[in-house]
Amino acid sequence: MSFHLSYRAEPGNPWFSWQYVRDNSDTILAALREHASLTGRAVLLAALVALPLAVVAYWYRRLAGPILALTGVLYTIPSLALFAFIAPYLGIGAVTVLTVVVLYALLVIVRNAVAGLNQVPPEVRDAAEGMGYGRWARLFRIDLPLALPGILTGVRLATVSTVALVTVGVVIGRGGLGQLIFAGFQNNFYKAQIMTGTLLCVLLALVLDLILAGVGRLLTPWLRSRPR
Amino acid sequence: MNPVQQAVVWLNDPLNWTNPGGVLDRVGEHLSMSVAAVLLGCLVAWPVGLWLGHSGRGGGAVVLISNLTLSIPTLALLTILPLTFLGFGRPAVVVALAVFAVPPLLANAYTGVRQADPEARDAARGMGLSGWQVLRRVELPLAVPYLAAGFRTAAVQVVATAALASFVNGGGLGQIIRAGFGLDIAAGGGQIIAGGVLVAGLALAAEGLLALVERVVTPRPLRRTRRVANRRAADATAGN
Repeated sequence: MSFHLSYRAEPGNPWFSWQYVRDNSDTILAALREHASLTGRAVLLAALVALPLAVVAYWYRRLAGPILALTGVLYTIPSLALFAFIAPYLGIGAVTVLTVVVLYALLVIVRNAVAGLNQVPPEVRDAAEGMGYGRWARLFRIDLPLALPGILTGVRLATVSTVALVTVGVVIGRGGLGQLIFAGFQNNFYKAQIMTGTLLCVLLALVLDLILAGVGRLLTPWLRSRPR
Repeated sequence: MNPVQQAVVWLNDPLNWTNPGGVLDRVGEHLSMSVAAVLLGCLVAWPVGLWLGHSGRGGGAVVLISNLTLSIPTLALLTILPLTFLGFGRPAVVVALAVFAVPPLLANAYTGVRQADPEARDAARGMGLSGWQVLRRVELPLAVPYLAAGFRTAAVQVVATAALASFVNGGGLGQIIRAGFGLDIAAGGGQIIAGGVLVAGLALAAEGLLALVERVVTPRPLRRTRRVANRRAADATAGN
């Protein structure tokens, strides 16, 4: 039996290894699934909270400043600090990660949605009023459809940054792919594992972004024929 | 005792501040790390951004770089870089943080030069200024509000992100939070919240201070563009 203990034997720790991916496909897929589901739920929740907030800011101009300022302050607070504030109350689990991530996604969506709503041309608004649209009908049939590109930009930005942010969840052991990266770091700096986690993170962000871009194209057919 | 009371007790223990590895040490680490990272980021991003803006090329590349870094988790860079030639320790952490400072700095430098009034540029050309002189004497001064806005965004983001250096034992205030989580929530809840207060306080203080600096360095006639620049800066970045 012969041992190779040479320090230079780099092949022992390559940056990427299919062998590792094959042998650990279960763990990797579980982490990927957790990551994707956390991201999906977070963005959905954030959008559900952010859209009404944006509409309130759009209808009542005086509330726009405070709403944007509040979400802005939330955004300045570092993610780790937010985990620190929330974990002692909500405990160690997916709920805590979800709460933190939603709070961050909120600002991005609110800001873009408000910008989108404010871009609705005043003539269109006046025309709708003249045609007898009430406040709600105008919102659903005029304002929101016209603000859709802005809203979608916000959702896409929020999705991409959420994918990256979920990894911070390792601080309470619920980081999805971050768990993979961190475990690789702690297990004697296993590069293949770190790299697999990182690549999957970037890939997940890319795929989700492309999906949302596609959804956006389907939802706004009138933008496609517009000449540049 | 609820966690908030525990946190107050923790913050009122002078030993927690003055011990080796106490708050004062950690604040020092946090700030020195952040300053180094922001300076490194400026050194790389500003020349490139200004030049790209001046030559009018590479707008697509700027957007691509911003979007790409947005999707790379901080944790990944913090764990990958020490394993490269940078080695373990401060340099790897600083480089990782600097990478996240680049997009706002780059995007704002680029936009700052691009938005310079084309007529001012033409006038400078007509006066016989060379391309380099146009950049230095006309475009650069006009881009100051944007540069300042980008600097503020980048610096605040780096101060916030530096808390994550604790994942790889890189020091900084995040270390206090991590140590608290290491004690288990019931025992360390106070320390966790105290650490959170410190990290958040530092980030908010940096934001306030830099907003002031930004106001001071912006010449009065350009204060109006500053507001636009701020909005742009906020749009150019998301995620930390």
